[in-house]
Amino acid sequence: MSWMWLIPALPLLGSLLLGVLGRRMPAPWVAAVGTGSVGLSMLLAIAAVWGGSTVTLTLWEWVRVGGFSPSISLTLDALSGVMILVVTGIGFLIHLYSVRFMAGEEGYSRFFAYMNLFVGSMLLLVLAGNLLLLYLGWEGVGLCSYLLIGFWYSDPENGRSARKAFIVTRVGDVALAIGLFLIATNLGTLDIADVARRATASWGPGSTLAVAAAALILGGAVGKSAQLPLQTWLPDAMAGPSPVSALIHAATMVTAGVYLIARTNALFVLAPAVMSATAIIGIAGVLFAGFSALAQTNIKRVLAYSTMSQLGYMFLALGVGAWSGAIFHLVTHAFFKSLLFLAAGVVILAMNHEHDMFSMGGLARKTPYTFAVFLIGALALTALPPTTSGFASKELILSRVWESGGVGRLFWLLGVLGVFVTSAYTFRLVFTVFGGQPHGGSAGHGANGKSGLADGPDGRQAGLIMGAPLAVLAVLCITGGFLDFPRNLGGRPFLTRFLETTLPAWKQVGEMPSGADSVLQVISEVASLLGVPVGWLISRRAVRAAAERRPGELKPAFVRFFLGGMGFDWLYDRAFVRPFLWLWKLDEHDVADRIPDGVGGLSMLLSRVVRLTQNGRVRWYAAGVAVGAVLVIAAAVLL
Amino acid sequence: MASVPFEYGLVVAAVLFVLGLAGVLARRNLLFILLSVEIMLNAAGLAFIVAGARWGQADGQVMFIFLLSMAAAEVAVGLALILLLYSRRKDLDSDALTMGAGSTDIPGANGAEGGQP
Repeated sequence: MSWMWLIPALPLLGSLLLGVLGRRMPAPWVAAVGTGSVGLSMLLAIAAVWGGSTVTLTLWEWVRVGGFSPSISLTLDALSGVMILVVTGIGFLIHLYSVRFMAGEEGYSRFFAYMNLFVGSMLLLVLAGNLLLLYLGWEGVGLCSYLLIGFWYSDPENGRSARKAFIVTRVGDVALAIGLFLIATNLGTLDIADVARRATASWGPGSTLAVAAAALILGGAVGKSAQLPLQTWLPDAMAGPSPVSALIHAATMVTAGVYLIARTNALFVLAPAVMSATAIIGIAGVLFAGFSALAQTNIKRVLAYSTMSQLGYMFLALGVGAWSGAIFHLVTHAFFKSLLFLAAGVVILAMNHEHDMFSMGGLARKTPYTFAVFLIGALALTALPPTTSGFASKELILSRVWESGGVGRLFWLLGVLGVFVTSAYTFRLVFTVFGGQPHGGSAGHGANGKSGLADGPDGRQAGLIMGAPLAVLAVLCITGGFLDFPRNLGGRPFLTRFLETTLPAWKQVGEMPSGADSVLQVISEVASLLGVPVGWLISRRAVRAAAERRPGELKPAFVRFFLGGMGFDWLYDRAFVRPFLWLWKLDEHDVADRIPDGVGGLSMLLSRVVRLTQNGRVRWYAAGVAVGAVLVIAAAVLL
Repeated sequence: MASVPFEYGLVVAAVLFVLGLAGVLARRNLLFILLSVEIMLNAAGLAFIVAGARWGQADGQVMFIFLLSMAAAEVAVGLALILLLYSRRKDLDSDALTMGAGSTDIPGANGAEGGQP
């Protein structure tokens, strides 16, 4: 499979082509190049995974310094195979959707160039057989998230969100970089397979080096996957266009952290303390983000916090060693979260770029198709039938967490509480946006003063190009669970068996009584069902409160606390941003500044003198020419 | 045949040149500035002729022919410009026609009726 390099190369090539020539191309060409490169890459990915075997393709050696020679190599195994299918498959659908969604936007070709680069970087990240190449893709993903979150850069607020995403993830990236230095200096290699082998051979379980390396990698993953305490960038990342949010949340950006931990599982197995930390971060993220989502008023922010919460489940699964469970949830989450974001994009378009869900309402009748697919996505997110994808993956994670025993029982209980909260915030969103009566064109709602539906049914709003990806994703949401359906319900673990050719198999700690998984499933399903009426109640109360609230009146304190993401932004502002700005103010006019200031001052002075000669009087100029000529001749004669 | 000494010719040329330069610098009327430039050109021409005679070569006269034709072209263009300027501004004072040093007074911008700015 020497053509495997084409899978990341095609989107990167598409990005290059669009970046250089995109402005001169007509819009259909731009769409064809942008979508086609990812589509071709998807076909190649399917063919590569169909081939089935584990392949390592070394393209060339990067550099040779002493005994250290990282190579540019791509590895295709079960884990990266699943990842490239998700990245190219979901990425292709999102690109197709964007063809219509972004139509007529300024910077159409720029958008597709960034999106292609995003997908290309992510493919490089997951296919990399070497941690250094992985880091290249990792940084490429970070760059593209910055570019796309700030895509509508004419609003300074969007630029601020983009910088925030870049800087906060950078904190994690620095940790990851230090982790890579540690591994490279101690093990003498960055090749992933070699790292796993040598670490197992030379580092004992729980040794300081193993714990440090795993903890630093966890730091990188926490930053990229927006987990506590580096989660503050994700809600603000909603400043980008809806397809970008879908891509960040489903296919490319935030899944990178989960993938990284699964990929370096050998190091985490050697560091049980870091595994526990991963699980604790995960379960804390589930609950923190769930409660924050309950208070949000922006439709996309609800989904953003929901992503953090679902990523928390993946981290929980990684923390207890259910590697394939985490990847399975990553896959199903990609299905339903991209569906939810793309459907939310249709809603936002239909509402003239209105994001406040309390200015919406009654959309079920106005946009029945969007309502149907959004409901399917919401049911998948809350693990309710008839959808299977969210149910199967969440049950797999929760049963593994229970089976891990000990403190795992507590994690399981909190996880079920998370299921309840998930259901509550999801149906609060569904009932608020789609239920009730339409608000009509009541002025005063929304930031831009525009409210109410644009004319036309949602069939025209969505169109075939936007509607088709939604339909495909809806089908995936309904059927995706059969990849790994619970065994007690007659399913077979296809995905787990496939993944366990690469990832370590699940090691059960205690004995599970027969029928226990059925009981666990019933409990979590009941928790999820209970969330539906609770979501409805909260939605009713919130809609009434929003209607009665006078302008300028504040919401209750606890609602504001959760609305602001539990005060993390406030805390970081006080703890890091303000001291830094204070130091900067203090040091604004130090000695080093004298040099550039002096150069500037001297230039200003000289300019003021020389400007006197440019007085616009022709006789002065003639005199200047005469004096100059005399001086030149004098110099020529005398010297 | 008694020839004029070489130095005399050069001195006359230098005197003419300085007179012309003084005219360019001292006069404010554009027409007189143009006249003074012509005098400077002719001073240069005289220097060429004298030098050509001194070394007995035709080059000096060739250069003078060049100078004459160039001066003719210059007068044609210069007079046309001055005429145009006068028809717009009714004024040929070079100091009043300044456009530099932050002056917002663009000649002709306020039409033919705006005489003195």
